[in-house]
Amino acid sequence: MSISTPEEVAQEAVRSVLSSTARPPRPDALVTSLTFWWRAMLKIKHVPEQLFDVTAFPVMFLLMFTYLFGGALAGSTGAYLQEVLPGILAMTVAMITMYTGLTLNRDIQKGVHDRFRSLPIWRPSTLVGPLLADGVRYTLAAAVILVLGLILGFRPGAGPMGVVASVGLLLVFAFALSWVWTMLGIVMRSENALMGLSMMILFPLTFISNVFVPPETLPRWLEAFVDVNPITHLVTAMRGLVHGHSVTGEIGIVLVVSAGLVAVFGPLTMYVYRKKA
Amino acid sequence: MATNDTRRPVDAETGLESPAWVPPSGLAIEAAGLVKHFGETVAVDGLDLRVPSGMVYGVLGPNGAGKTTAIRMLATLLRPTEGSARVFGHDIVDEADAVRSRVSMTGQFASVDEDLTGFENLVLLCRLWGHPRRAAKKRASELLEAFGLADAGARQVKTYSGGMRRRLDIAASIVVTPELIFLDEPTTGLDPRSRNQVWEIVRALVAAGTTVLLTTQYLDEADQLADRIAVIDRGRVIAEGTSTQLKASVGSGALHVRLLDPDQRPEAEGLLTRALDVAVRAEADPVALSARTSDPERVAQALTELARAGVGVASFALGQPSLDEVFLALTGRPAEPANPELEGETSRGPTIEEAST
Repeated sequence: MSISTPEEVAQEAVRSVLSSTARPPRPDALVTSLTFWWRAMLKIKHVPEQLFDVTAFPVMFLLMFTYLFGGALAGSTGAYLQEVLPGILAMTVAMITMYTGLTLNRDIQKGVHDRFRSLPIWRPSTLVGPLLADGVRYTLAAAVILVLGLILGFRPGAGPMGVVASVGLLLVFAFALSWVWTMLGIVMRSENALMGLSMMILFPLTFISNVFVPPETLPRWLEAFVDVNPITHLVTAMRGLVHGHSVTGEIGIVLVVSAGLVAVFGPLTMYVYRKKA
Repeated sequence: MATNDTRRPVDAETGLESPAWVPPSGLAIEAAGLVKHFGETVAVDGLDLRVPSGMVYGVLGPNGAGKTTAIRMLATLLRPTEGSARVFGHDIVDEADAVRSRVSMTGQFASVDEDLTGFENLVLLCRLWGHPRRAAKKRASELLEAFGLADAGARQVKTYSGGMRRRLDIAASIVVTPELIFLDEPTTGLDPRSRNQVWEIVRALVAAGTTVLLTTQYLDEADQLADRIAVIDRGRVIAEGTSTQLKASVGSGALHVRLLDPDQRPEAEGLLTRALDVAVRAEADPVALSARTSDPERVAQALTELARAGVGVASFALGQPSLDEVFLALTGRPAEPANPELEGETSRGPTIEEAST
């Protein structure tokens, strides 16, 4: 090397960083999970456009459905809003859970994950961290809907605590549902295929529920589906919490379904993650 | 050709495949019969590798030879379909975590997050290796400084040049000094200056006691950096040894002589033929002669005889065959028209290992 520029890598410098720091103790699962959460937060900071789906999407949904169906279904948009808002909250957040899988899929394709996977860390933290970060996104989406709802005339009968409880329940369910997309994100080979599949599951799941219409108005076979759809139970529970009706049973169902999703898809995800490639 | 290689460099005494096997000191990697299938495709087909620690070990092969798959198995990213390997005595499947805490992997495609800044990338890895927050930031800054990236630390990696990205990638691999670092084609696609920088880094790594296993398609890179080289083709090792051994096993080197006076060429040709006892070829250049030989003593004598006979020599060079020639001879798929003299040597490929051990 004849000419030395500021960019020049000095052998000495490299050698000194190699021996300068002692090996720290192995970090625990919480630290590594939070570190991956922090990474996801940094990505939001650098690419804020990715928040479009949790801001613009809910606004569009709420306005569209309130004014499109309100008059026809409940006589007035004001009355409809009281019922449809918790439903749209559930639907929107359920829809955006699929981005968890898309982000992971992209990460794996790019090879960043190779490095993470070659680290001696608690392996699920690479998946749990982003899921925690998604909690932030879900909360943001919920906040956008609630603020807009309040402006449009949404009046939660059970007050702020009811709203907080219902959003809390929604987050529990969304976290559980995210594991499904995480697993698919690992298994599916392309982002597009994953997107298509997610849509195919999410559209019927959210629309064929009690979000927009009372199930009693539906043909019997459809009503039967609506009745077993977990989204229906979630929405009923959220409406109850928001307006102060007793919905202990429905909350129980949602929690059991959530626990079931994590119990099945958590280990399954880790299995395919380990098996992958 | 060269597929008659049924030799297994498994030492009978060490009993490599037995679970109670203890590594002879000084081996960083010991792989036996590694196989990896992807559906119908056989990416790695019975790979045997013994990498002594403390050196640069080069894995040389063309695209699709199975280099990346092999390295990914050794770095615990892929589970072998068959066979086994130990890294510092730890099984890559059963003791993957022990392996992971000792090795670091720099993939072929930059394994850094493009959306994050260089600094953030390094802090992230420092945290994952267990540095507390403040120590992580300090370490990240140190690394950026040492790799000449201090000024770019606050920029997103997507704005980095290929060379900068590579350096960041390697910096990310030595957050905690690894005992073994895998570099998968570390200089592919880099300009010559960035390539030299990566080479300097590799030399610094080895000087500091880290074993480096690097894959490359570049013969001069293996020649320049690697203490030992394994040539792999179609998922198997077809030759192994030092660069010199590889060259020596394929065939002799060549003496190139340029005379001052073209008229003296016939005389010089006769003298050289007698002195070297090999065929001497008159090149297209009217003052140039060449002969296949690698015996420096004979060459010295021959040159003395030229001088004694009053034949003026403008320049001479005694070169080893290039790794290029070695590689083509071993794989039997020359990129250039086959050299008939080398063709005959191909079958000697498998004996290289014996020559070296």
